[in-house]
Amino acid sequence: MTFVLQNIVDAISLGALYALTALGIGLIFGIMRLINFAHGELIMLGAYALFFTFGMHEAIMGLVAMALVIATAIVMERVAFRPLRRANPATLLIASFALAYFLQHLVLLIFGARPKSVTFLHELSGFFVVEGLRIPKLQVVTIAITIVLLVGLVVFFRRSSIGTQMRAAAEDFGMARLVGVRANSVIAIAFLLSGVLAGIISLLYVVQTGTLTPRMGVSLVLVAFVATVIGGMGSLVGAAVGGLVVGVLTVALQAVLTVELRPYRDAFVFAVLIGFLLVRPQGLLRGRSARERI
Amino acid sequence: MIGRMEKAARLIWPVLSLALVLVVLAALLSLGPMPLQRTATEAFIRLIVVIGIYIFIGNSGILSFGHVSFMAIGAYGSALLTIPPTMKKIVLDLPPFMTALQLPTIPAAVIAATLSSIFAFLIGVPLMRLSGISAAMGTFASLAIVYVVISNWKEVTGGASALIGLPVYADIWVTLIYALLALGLAYAYQESRYGRRLRASRENEVAALATGINVRRERLIAFVFSAFIVGFGGVLHAHFIGVLSSSSFYLDVTFITLAMLVIGGMNSLAGAVTGTIVVSVLGELLRLIEAGFDIGTVHLAAPRGLREVGLSFLMLMILLFRPQGLTSGREFAWPIAPRAG
Repeated sequence: MTFVLQNIVDAISLGALYALTALGIGLIFGIMRLINFAHGELIMLGAYALFFTFGMHEAIMGLVAMALVIATAIVMERVAFRPLRRANPATLLIASFALAYFLQHLVLLIFGARPKSVTFLHELSGFFVVEGLRIPKLQVVTIAITIVLLVGLVVFFRRSSIGTQMRAAAEDFGMARLVGVRANSVIAIAFLLSGVLAGIISLLYVVQTGTLTPRMGVSLVLVAFVATVIGGMGSLVGAAVGGLVVGVLTVALQAVLTVELRPYRDAFVFAVLIGFLLVRPQGLLRGRSARERI
Repeated sequence: MIGRMEKAARLIWPVLSLALVLVVLAALLSLGPMPLQRTATEAFIRLIVVIGIYIFIGNSGILSFGHVSFMAIGAYGSALLTIPPTMKKIVLDLPPFMTALQLPTIPAAVIAATLSSIFAFLIGVPLMRLSGISAAMGTFASLAIVYVVISNWKEVTGGASALIGLPVYADIWVTLIYALLALGLAYAYQESRYGRRLRASRENEVAALATGINVRRERLIAFVFSAFIVGFGGVLHAHFIGVLSSSSFYLDVTFITLAMLVIGGMNSLAGAVTGTIVVSVLGELLRLIEAGFDIGTVHLAAPRGLREVGLSFLMLMILLFRPQGLTSGREFAWPIAPRAG
């Protein structure tokens, strides 16, 4: 019983982390059909900012990291993606791939390839013990933050004017522009929000693992791709649900697979992705903008 | 008579000019010191891979992030067929007949590349139903799956440790010959009716379907054929380095080969060749700067990563300012203008 409960807690907190990453990617995809490979590098940059400011007050470390990630996200849009806005999705995808590679190796150039370690918010590394169940404090915090962010985003999209404009843009970008939605500000705010999400993931990730390498963002972002496809490309709730599903799937595979098969866990996750693309390309929750535009 | 010859020259020139460039380059570089020759050999191998990828991406207009998996299958396939049995017994755990099997290098290469094609057919049948972003994601997922499998399948690939003992036969001349073959095959395909049908679907899928082109089938043909060429590139890579490790068949090679194609211009064979040459030369220059040089008694060296930063920066600039690539997606045309009338 404890084993099952423990796995459920693990699955939910891992899923929450994936959901946050997938949301950051889904947000951009919904509006400008861009799958942003470089989202993982935003997370990586935040972690290196923590490493760079290590020794200062923790609040300052956190703020600097968040500021850097958000600024990079906005600059990224302005410099690389805005000129390409009329290009086809394949070109955008390649551009984001190149950008990811650029940022990764820029950090490698400055800090070297060897893993760095940094302690941040050490208080969060303890456990709550409930009826023999060891629940890491960090997992509770991760889940709580995810819920707060999700609710916050939903309120933002439903209640605020710019949120409504963003939903309109996600549904039909051309039409939204015709009725007066400003393309530049909507997209810039989408990148700002995805920067906020990436920054928060950096902080959570560093608290959890404490080690960083220039490539740390890659595996997270790959998982988030799987999550956005499973959830339904273009749907925000879908991205969150997809993240959760992938977290549960990963933990379940880890628990169910035999020792010989366990190293192949990620191959199974990607096989599920292909399965979804073929059988249910619209994902679990169909985004209203999921159809390809001609 | 002259008219017919001119017509033939026009048809053959785009591929002939590229072949001439390659032959001249090989002849010049073979006079250089050994490290330069090795760089050239590596570039020819990359060229074969890029031509293979071009056959699919260039003609179909569909992005594939998965072609490096065909390279991996070619490389490991040929390794299993050519490593001496005594060596295989030590490092791998294969069924007895596979352990005992040792083929000459050329049949092994053809079989290994055919294996890549078969794999491409198996994943292509479902994946070619997809287009646009879904196709890119699907091919990416297949790359990730192949990578996970070869990194962990200790009995067959050696898993995380490197696979050693491959005969090394790929030098500058061998790779040049195969690169010329790949070039010729790619051009023959693109000028054939299959290639033209696929290119029609690239320009306008709906119109191509309306004229009766079976787009999925044409894509599958290109996918399988391109897997053969890329697989062959993988074989040569294996027999150039002599050591195989799974990490050399993942995101880095995917990036560099796509960069070559995008920088040159992904809609033409000339683009594939130009991109490979430009990126190889630039990469080598940046690598020399990374390695450092001496001015008087001072040793100057740039930190590691400069090469990748430089290449990805160039790729971004090309995408922003010349999105069709250096060649603008055109072939090299016969230099003499047609006579009027």
